[in-house]
Amino acid sequence: MGEALSLERIDPARQREVARALREFLPERAVLWAEEDTRPYECDGLTAYRKLPMVVALPETEDEVRRVLQTCSRMKVPVVPRGAGTGLSGGALPPGDGVLLSMAKFMRVLRVDAVARVAVVQPGVRNAVISEHAAPLGLYYAPDPSSQIACTIGGNVSENSGGVHCLKYGLTVHNVLRVKGFTIAGEPLELGSEALDSPGYDLLALAIGSEGMLMVVTEVTVKLLPKPQCARVIMASFDDVEKAGEAVAAVIGAGIIPAGLEMMDQPATRAVEQFVGAGYDLDAAAILLCESDGTQEEVDEEVGRMEAVLARAGATRMTVSRDERERLRFWSGRKAAFPAVGRISPDYYCMDGTIPRKRLGEVLRFIAAMEEKYGLRCPNVFHAGDGNLHPLILFDANDAEQLHRTELFAAEVLEKCVEVGGTITGEHGVGVEKINQMCVQFQPQALELFLAVKRAFDAEGLLNPGKAVPTLARCAEYGRMRVHGGRLPHAELPRF
Amino acid sequence: MTPQPLQERIAQAAASGRALRLRGGGTKDFYGGEPRGEVLDVRGYRGIMSYEPTELVVTARCGTPLAELEAELAAHGQCLPFEPPHFGEGATFGGCIAAGLAGPRRAAAGALRDFVLGATVIDGRGRLLSFGGQVMKNVAGYDVSRLMAGSLGTLALIAEASVKVLPRPQRELTLRLDLAEAPALEALNAWAGQPLPISASAWEAGMLTLRLSGAESAVRAAAGRLGGTELAAGAAFWDAIREQRAPFFSGEEPLWRLSVSSTATPLALPGRLLVEWGGALRWLKSDAPANAVREAAKRGGGHATLFRGGARSQGVFTSLDAAQLRLHRELKAAFDPAGILNPGRLYPEL
Repeated sequence: MGEALSLERIDPARQREVARALREFLPERAVLWAEEDTRPYECDGLTAYRKLPMVVALPETEDEVRRVLQTCSRMKVPVVPRGAGTGLSGGALPPGDGVLLSMAKFMRVLRVDAVARVAVVQPGVRNAVISEHAAPLGLYYAPDPSSQIACTIGGNVSENSGGVHCLKYGLTVHNVLRVKGFTIAGEPLELGSEALDSPGYDLLALAIGSEGMLMVVTEVTVKLLPKPQCARVIMASFDDVEKAGEAVAAVIGAGIIPAGLEMMDQPATRAVEQFVGAGYDLDAAAILLCESDGTQEEVDEEVGRMEAVLARAGATRMTVSRDERERLRFWSGRKAAFPAVGRISPDYYCMDGTIPRKRLGEVLRFIAAMEEKYGLRCPNVFHAGDGNLHPLILFDANDAEQLHRTELFAAEVLEKCVEVGGTITGEHGVGVEKINQMCVQFQPQALELFLAVKRAFDAEGLLNPGKAVPTLARCAEYGRMRVHGGRLPHAELPRF
Repeated sequence: MTPQPLQERIAQAAASGRALRLRGGGTKDFYGGEPRGEVLDVRGYRGIMSYEPTELVVTARCGTPLAELEAELAAHGQCLPFEPPHFGEGATFGGCIAAGLAGPRRAAAGALRDFVLGATVIDGRGRLLSFGGQVMKNVAGYDVSRLMAGSLGTLALIAEASVKVLPRPQRELTLRLDLAEAPALEALNAWAGQPLPISASAWEAGMLTLRLSGAESAVRAAAGRLGGTELAAGAAFWDAIREQRAPFFSGEEPLWRLSVSSTATPLALPGRLLVEWGGALRWLKSDAPANAVREAAKRGGGHATLFRGGARSQGVFTSLDAAQLRLHRELKAAFDPAGILNPGRLYPEL
């Protein structure tokens, strides 16, 4: 977050030149360059970082996308693709010297096939819209990031988004069959198909989660699943956060894979309860939401098994949703956790580390210690089933000193996640936000290989430059800074 | 035990430009382009490195016998959900990942690559590099570990890998129904759109075999709905399909693997047919010309592989278009600049 507000000036001559080149094939309304028009694109969901794009392009057809890319490639102009701009890691932070390529006009659902159980959609289609289209056929698209009413499938592909049901149903990479689009040079690329595999290297797996750095996607085929006949969720209370963590391991150890398994600590449930009234037990130190889905018989059987395991693991209270309305109410609190926290603090900073579940207690204690150390509060929501933590640091961005403390707090937590064998990001992406922590998670040679993969797709580094993968020079700089600040939390990690 | 000796062998081979043939148990020597180069036997680098049943993750070295790994998982009531074929007693974990093949449970559970969480690999310079990790969700950096699945050792030697495991189904039951090919395909696609616990399917010669997996109550209820008769030796039947020991796989004709859309209509090719994966995988024992088979697969929305037998030298896998071939070459050059790792095993150009 150090380089939050960039003061770099846009070069007006270059701006005119690029806008003019794009206007040769794009209509006037599709090429924005005046500040009042480009301002809305200055940031994504990570609002602490802002930069005014030099030019915004809003193509409507695949051919226009191809020509934008060819033009930018020829003129050596950086390009940053953008969906709904809900990303939380600054992946769509615009280039001050380049083109922000908005895919917002690609909003059509092209085909929903009930027999083949696939939907072919344009990248600007919102995640929830796919399931809305599939619902009359008894089908749905499984990954459900909490921002699903706003975020686009193109953005989901780019970040490999998850959600609250991915322990059982997987991430974007498990639910996308095919993407079609272009390389930065404007060369058409189609990866995957409606068959279950493709010849050669799995470039589809490589493209998904590549944070818009390898290709620009113009069409996505997703897998649709039959909607489970019924689902019920257990809300279980615990008087101790670590006990709740152990209960998660106990459920999985019993051979049960819940459809969703989420944890919230007391500061999080209290913030949420004021906001949506989800009916959470506010006396509990932590609550677990443990969902079963399937046929009626399956769910009845599984809920019974889950209740027995949770009771043995020390649940102090359990409520099973009686009907669909109550189930959705229990989930509404979890899905509204971020906005709810947004109401009790001027700003919040969401982390996304993933850890082996067995280290949960240790990491939560560490976070509590950091709250003391930095004098900032930090409620926790946790995709407990898959070890993905979302601690939310509460701060006031108008106070530069608080922002700085937040940044140090976050860095320490992410590096702790790496230390316990986890990762700095489970589903939000590296973007610009966690690029320094990439230096902690990966050895220089692995980073070098990432850079080589990038060059294979984009030799000149024009597509979403400066995101996700740090240069070795940047890592060396970050290493020096950390040593200088006397905060080298784990000296055993390889350095350079 | 360290991967150092393997690193040294690869670094030496790179320096002298000598091709290496990475090999575990050699059970999949038949698969892909003709193996060539000096054998680099990885079986010495073996053993499960960590396994935490409640974390649903196992990490093992490449030379670990697949059977040993599966036995350890079974002892804890878990399994590799993609049900990989062994194709022989000596199959190793590394070879399994490199081949990227999944068994009968593929359509229901996912592909091998879906379960790969991380890999420590030795690239073509002999460097030991780690990607991904041991956690379910990890989007830091490009997904290089999944890229290893099915790369047939042409990018790097997979020294260690972590995969997600799942509980074994509580109950499994196999059903038999008399159905011709077209109605069987229609039924499979219709069932797949309903919440039924079908975990495998195999159609051959007018007979559809289904496996149901899940909670006792769900399996019973589905069996009642689907009808047919129960096959007592269900487990043995699916093993024989997965390991290609079933009678269908005998005979001298080449075995083709057609991976197509599950809704593709019958392919109208001469020869014998076995359909798996709810219609998405069609095995063909046939002397039909390669072009005709590849064209039919393409019409079906997929691709064909000359899986066993036949003229390997004339191409095993469906060719790539120009853009993809360029990317494959560039990636090969990034991982293995000297071109020494399993050259020609995937494509002659790599």
